Amino acid sequence: MRFIPHTEADLDVMLKTVGVAQLDDLIAHVPENLRAAAVIKLEHGRAEAEVASELAQLASCNPGATGFTSFLGGGYYRHYVPAAVRAITARAEFATSYTPYQPEVSQGTTQAIFEFQTLITQLTGLDVANASMYDGASAAAEAILMAHRVLPKRHVVAISRALWPDYRATIRTYLSALGTLELVELPFDLTTGAVDHGAVEGFATDELLCAVIGYPNAFGVIEALAQIAELTHRAGGLAISVTAEPLALALLKPPGALGIDIAVGEGQSFGMPLQYGGPGLGFLAGRGAHVRQMPGRLVGQTRDSEGRRAFCLTLATREQHIRRERATSNICTNHSLCALAATAYLSLMGRQGLRELAARNVELAHAAREALAAAGIRRRFSGQCFNEFVVAIDGPEAALAAAERHGILAGLSLSSDYPELGGALLISVTEMNTPAEIERLCGAIAGGR
Amino acid sequence: MAGADRVAGGKRVKAAIVDQASAVETHLAPAMVEGGVPLIFEETSPGRRGVDARGGAASVKHAVELLGSELCRTDIEGFPELSEPQVLRHFLRLSQLNFGQALQFYPLGSCTMKYNPVLNDEMAALSGFANLHPHTPSRLAQGALELIARMEAALAEITGMDAVSLAPAAGAQGELAGLLMIRAWEEKRGKVRRKVIIPDTAHGTNPASCTLAGFDVVVARSGPRGYLEAAEIRRLLSDDVAALMVTNPNTLGMFEPEIQEIAAALHERGAMLYLDGANMNALLGVAKPGDIGADIVHLNLHKTFSTPHGGGGPGAGPIAVKRHFEPFLPHPRIVKRGEQWDFDRDRPDSIGRLRSFHGNFGMLVRAYTYILAMGGDGLAQASRHAILNAAYVRKRLEAHFPSATPEPTMHECVLTHDLDTRTGVSTLDIAKRLLDFGIHPPTIYFPLVVHGALMIEPTETESLETLDNFVDTMERIYGEALEDPSMVKAAPHSLKLRRIDEVTAARRPMLRWTGR
Repeated sequence: MRFIPHTEADLDVMLKTVGVAQLDDLIAHVPENLRAAAVIKLEHGRAEAEVASELAQLASCNPGATGFTSFLGGGYYRHYVPAAVRAITARAEFATSYTPYQPEVSQGTTQAIFEFQTLITQLTGLDVANASMYDGASAAAEAILMAHRVLPKRHVVAISRALWPDYRATIRTYLSALGTLELVELPFDLTTGAVDHGAVEGFATDELLCAVIGYPNAFGVIEALAQIAELTHRAGGLAISVTAEPLALALLKPPGALGIDIAVGEGQSFGMPLQYGGPGLGFLAGRGAHVRQMPGRLVGQTRDSEGRRAFCLTLATREQHIRRERATSNICTNHSLCALAATAYLSLMGRQGLRELAARNVELAHAAREALAAAGIRRRFSGQCFNEFVVAIDGPEAALAAAERHGILAGLSLSSDYPELGGALLISVTEMNTPAEIERLCGAIAGGR
Repeated sequence: MAGADRVAGGKRVKAAIVDQASAVETHLAPAMVEGGVPLIFEETSPGRRGVDARGGAASVKHAVELLGSELCRTDIEGFPELSEPQVLRHFLRLSQLNFGQALQFYPLGSCTMKYNPVLNDEMAALSGFANLHPHTPSRLAQGALELIARMEAALAEITGMDAVSLAPAAGAQGELAGLLMIRAWEEKRGKVRRKVIIPDTAHGTNPASCTLAGFDVVVARSGPRGYLEAAEIRRLLSDDVAALMVTNPNTLGMFEPEIQEIAAALHERGAMLYLDGANMNALLGVAKPGDIGADIVHLNLHKTFSTPHGGGGPGAGPIAVKRHFEPFLPHPRIVKRGEQWDFDRDRPDSIGRLRSFHGNFGMLVRAYTYILAMGGDGLAQASRHAILNAAYVRKRLEAHFPSATPEPTMHECVLTHDLDTRTGVSTLDIAKRLLDFGIHPPTIYFPLVVHGALMIEPTETESLETLDNFVDTMERIYGEALEDPSMVKAAPHSLKLRRIDEVTAARRPMLRWTGR
């Protein structure tokens, strides 16, 4: 067995030292009925070449990954991952370490997390960010639980319907056992695609815990966060923004500057491949005053015994391994290596590059929207968009099928999740798309109807 | 930069370098002079870039016009500006400040720091997996869905359970899912019980997950021999107890000898057995959770199934259940219709979603690769060798670091010592001294019930030479503690940093770079 090193001679020495005759004597204390039934009926182990060939075969049965021009978005985005990001995350010193409980031999991890926390505060315009969460959806749920710790006497959680269906479903699950919180849905304006401010006002009472708003939202529409934050604050509640396409934050005003109290989101766009939806990266940022109510790991700056700068996990008294049933969250393992990928990615893109990439996304998406309009496919919402938008289309499934015949994954039909929209297609355009592809998209769905 | 490496050796050299630096008025960041790596923000030069973007500044101006300037920021203040080689050097130098399983012995108890086969990562990077968008129509993602189906079947076979969900992102999320399923199952039957029993040796995630799932925690005390006694569970059982949540082997590394009796007692009173599979690396082909009587078990793919720990994730925490819980499993579920795999959206009893999309699919590819490489027989060998390695270390260290229990232990052992009373050298000091010898310390001070605990899990992938070196090093440290306790208490000595002040970090939190 290539991963297990012991030779027969090693085994002899070791068994003799331990004082048993054979390996199975070591488990003789496990009840006999259990041992007898424990045989794992799977095939024998295989040589590396055979395993590689088997996996390659499975990978080849995913033509959607490689054989199509894609305009899929809706929570996960197609972006180029620079080779340097992979070179960094592949380093075994990063990849095969664990939670940095011993900071003296984890300065690589702790400093990178400290840099990650800083980058997220810069992007979100907030004071503090944690070391990462699982994904955007669970981060949104954790943000609500955090808000509840800040304002324990309030119980109404107002969630935008223009939040991704998976996110709303995840929030429902996380809150399902806590009977104290009441979930209400904020409808969106059918014209603009943005959350209905009147509805926010309607829930703005002294029972309102928080409003949870997409930025951009599930339709790609850029919400007027400042007004929502103001309405929420007037009622004494907290405003939470949720971002699935964090590249937008390079160009859009940061949530913190618009009055948002907790900004969460998905970081997959920052250097992580699509991988059928995971692992990506949840981020969570908030105000300094709320730091002790935050979930998850935090890294802080400190000194070693000779005064040199160092970094270590800190404020652990919030966490499950210390606080147990009174912890701020049950999260332990988070998505550290993904946070490293994001840190490396953002460092490479840099202050100018990230904005230029975001701009390129805006230019292409807006060009696509115009080109589709010229081809007779009109946009569904008047609200401004970043790199994805909704078009109204009769029979979206037929349009998708027609596009697929042209080798194009034209987008995501919203018909089942948002029946009130009628036929609607969510189209995402990133730097991975070319003007020629946009032209083909127009031809395929306009011509295919 | 070459000077920086020498700095850690002594203050005199350091002072000389600082003098030299100030004499020529260089702009070395303080940390660089001190021997560390500067923060990425301190290596910035305005105008530098690490990527070539199309469009440049004109593009930004155009995009702002398209969006309207009232929606836009004008800058990302403080963001780094470096060239690609600078960024690479920064992170590679950071990596060198880490210990990792691939480079060092890393016997962190209950974390199963086994070798992560390099093929795993290569398979996850195959274009057909890495570039697969989660909204891809199912008929164009049959390979991925087939992999999910095979992985579910393999884990069901390994655990002896009936159905598996691969959705949870980590063990703690698996725990939450399992507890919510117990709650949903009870709701369906009309009455929700409020309590979950957890032994005093449990991982912290267990009670934290209970709170999140709306249960009150009742603590069961381990018996005098370190295991959970059926009598204690019977004493705590009532019609208000929903479940017992227990790790087996427990955190002392012991197979719970009365677990089958406990399972029967629970079931008799309508309570469920939730098995925390964090220590599954002891049970492969040894005892199946399903046979033990578990109703729900979660696994940690980053422990037992060799996916990388990543400095703290991403992992994956599949849950396996008995038939009666299958309808309650989280979304998504896959189902075969004719020859095609698809998602089953009609599941009215499901607890819902734990996260977006289909779980940490990239980690599933890695774990499946590992399972194919090992095979059923290889997995069974892995647990036996893991148990042997722990038993060997326990035996060889027993003179000065006796086991916390006289009972047989499995894939890990918890040792204690008398150095603190004899010399004032604590478990933490021993851990820090191990760093000087290039060994990552075991888990320390856990479980909480053992005084000064050293929880050692060597895993099956470590060689006899490595284990012997560890034992010799521990013995040497024991000797050092007797002869020169102050030296041990001041460890580490050979790293770029000395002992790090974690107290100050918490007292005056500095959680981001501010440029000051």
